[in-house]
Amino acid sequence: MAPLGRACLLLALAVCAYGIGASLYGVRGGRADFRDSGRRAMYALAGILAVAFAVLEVAFLRNDFTFNTVADTSSRTTPALYRAAAVWSSQEGSLLLWALLLSLWSSLALFLVRRRMREVAAYATAVLLGLAGFFVVLMLVYATPFATTHPAPAEGAGLDPLLRFPTMVIHPPMLYSGYTLCTIPLAFGIGALLARRVDADWTRIIRRFAIAAWLLLGAGIVLGARWSYAELGWGGYWGWDAVENASLMPWLTGTALLHSLMIQEKRGMLKVWNMSLVLATGTLAVMGTFLVRSGILNSIHAFGGATLGVPFVVLIGVLIASSIYLVVSRAKMLRSEHRLESLLSRESIFLANNLVLVGLCFVIFWGTYFPLISEALSGRESSVGPPWFDRYTVPLALALVLLSGIGPVIAWRRATLANARRNFTGPTLLALLALGALLVAGVQHKPLALAMFCCAAFVLGCIGQEFVRGTRARRAIAGEPVPVALLALVRRNRRRYGGYIVHIGMAVLFVGVAASSSFQHASELGLSPGQSSRVGGYTVRYVRPTATITPRQDAAHTGSTLSLGAVLDVSKRGRHVATLRPSQGYYDSGESAQGSVGHLIGGQPVSHISMSAGLTRDVWTAIAPDISSPSLQRIVSAGNRTLPPDEGLIAIAYLARSYLRSPPPAQFHLIVSPLVMWIWIGALTVFGGGLIAIWPVPSALRRAESVPSRALPSGELAQA
Amino acid sequence: MPAAVSVLIAILTLLLIVAVIVVIGAPLRRSRRARASDDAPAPARAALEAAREAKYREIRDTELDYRTGKLSPQDYERLDSSLRAEALEILDRLAALNGQRAPRSDAPER
Repeated sequence: MAPLGRACLLLALAVCAYGIGASLYGVRGGRADFRDSGRRAMYALAGILAVAFAVLEVAFLRNDFTFNTVADTSSRTTPALYRAAAVWSSQEGSLLLWALLLSLWSSLALFLVRRRMREVAAYATAVLLGLAGFFVVLMLVYATPFATTHPAPAEGAGLDPLLRFPTMVIHPPMLYSGYTLCTIPLAFGIGALLARRVDADWTRIIRRFAIAAWLLLGAGIVLGARWSYAELGWGGYWGWDAVENASLMPWLTGTALLHSLMIQEKRGMLKVWNMSLVLATGTLAVMGTFLVRSGILNSIHAFGGATLGVPFVVLIGVLIASSIYLVVSRAKMLRSEHRLESLLSRESIFLANNLVLVGLCFVIFWGTYFPLISEALSGRESSVGPPWFDRYTVPLALALVLLSGIGPVIAWRRATLANARRNFTGPTLLALLALGALLVAGVQHKPLALAMFCCAAFVLGCIGQEFVRGTRARRAIAGEPVPVALLALVRRNRRRYGGYIVHIGMAVLFVGVAASSSFQHASELGLSPGQSSRVGGYTVRYVRPTATITPRQDAAHTGSTLSLGAVLDVSKRGRHVATLRPSQGYYDSGESAQGSVGHLIGGQPVSHISMSAGLTRDVWTAIAPDISSPSLQRIVSAGNRTLPPDEGLIAIAYLARSYLRSPPPAQFHLIVSPLVMWIWIGALTVFGGGLIAIWPVPSALRRAESVPSRALPSGELAQA
Repeated sequence: MPAAVSVLIAILTLLLIVAVIVVIGAPLRRSRRARASDDAPAPARAALEAAREAKYREIRDTELDYRTGKLSPQDYERLDSSLRAEALEILDRLAALNGQRAPRSDAPER
């Protein structure tokens, strides 16, 4: 079916070209029919790319190794779930997924605004089709998913075992959704500048797309962190890897945008700033895609041997140059309608929050791209590690958390000192109480963590107070019971209280990050069965070794030929806490040169961690069995010499039995981290808040809002 | 590749092309009708309607700020009056755009 896939790509390119032409002709010539036709070209593109994606997906599921990409990234021993997800593990398949998601999200966005901002939408359609066309050209010229080889190889190379984890099935589509959604505000930003319409209607439209991009990109980032922590063998959730950073940057500028858009909506201010954030967020999303596909990085997230650097540099150059030109040439149109009335106002706090967020983005940008640029110019490999990032990002994160508490309790336009005193007394006392309690608990030796806990307590105090006062006000008017009043309050003010919930989630998340990074106990040690060691107050005893053979018996369901592990008993003060079962999987390398037995376990070994997670602490462990011990290697060598290719598993079974009978000492990586669970709870809270903020207002409420006399302040709360 | 598969691929490709032409060509086929019934609000009106909604939301937000202790009664009075004046101005401009007198009864009241 490869020819059908190739035909789809050619047709997709033709549709992109037509759609761009029709949209531009429609908007320039005032022809609604061509504008509509251009918009429908995006729907058609989504359909075509869906067919192309289905062709590739079927090839993966059917183990059709005539497709080069299937042969390179999948195999018969790869479990079906991971075969389905292997489509986006390759450069070619992931390009197709990117283009498909871009066309799907763009179709949804254009459908939602089909009766609004037609000129802006037509320009946006042209920009989005141009971006999609760029990816289609990449697939036609540089990395086609439908390249075939005849005759097909008997077996594929298999999916990289590091990617055989459930999170990896969903993490890339989420991240790509976030990236592609970031390009929609970008397209509407360019469209607004071209059509010279940056009004309240544009703000309203852009806000919803910006929240959606922020939500999905954030979900993708957190899923990546979760994959790193719960499934990779190094025990961390964030390593300041260039690709992780690339996804964080548009999220940070997107967060800044969501706040400063409110200032534009209410006060008609910061139009240049907001437009710059819109354009920067979209461009940073494309830059994130460039990083993994250019071949300049050697990262687990990057596509090896990627050679798409030059086309992406050209695209990014065009985006940056046209953005700067458009903003400068439309500067008059983007003039602020009002000035900042007071430094003690929500506007100024939002402005400070924007500066911190953009500052964070700048630090990460510098730390990510400067070593790459320096290396490209000097030829010397250079990089900056976590200590460099921590030095600058931790103080900025502290300021950000603090501002996320101050913002919600300060009034728009102008707040008075008396009101500020009234609003900040409670939260400040709570922060001081937290400080006292932490000092008594002996946390003073980690001042930055201490500061973060106090800032988080302050935020929780501020937001908690907002909920209490809002509920009380609602009860005073409507006389409802507390739960009903609280629900009605949130329901009628989704943006405000959804945002507050996001702030709570971020504070909780940062508490988890501060605690787990400052008070972590880690240990690397070798143990034999029966031996034990202490880490972070816990006693870990190596009870017995474990071993499974054949992909069918692999307990981690990742398709490993051999899995060697251990049963560990974790106790504290003599009391049993948990039983952990870490293991390491060994995979078929597919290289017959390694011998009939050697190739079965010659692939990259992958650690399957085991942990006991709790609200107060996680006990995390990984094992690296010593498979290179002479007794085990003798079995492999003897098998290679004597066994035919299809009977290599006999030696693997013998090796597993030998390992169980007399296991060599194994290396264990043990980590006890406090409050890690709160990172995930915080993230879930953030997404819950984001969903509340983006959820459409019910039509009954919207009708009420559209009738001015019913939207009166005096009765507004009571009418809900 | 077997001939039957090649034929099937050719048919599928043709069907896809036809579907694409039908989808993107529909607005051009009903060109005149579409132009006559272009129901999108004029840009200026749409912008004013959005500004009106934003202003109403600001009035409600300000009231909530007052009720949750972020504004003193004096500040609230001053701010609320100014927001209502701004809302009325938007309503006036909307009415002027529609060729009517400002619908004062439709304006926000205390």
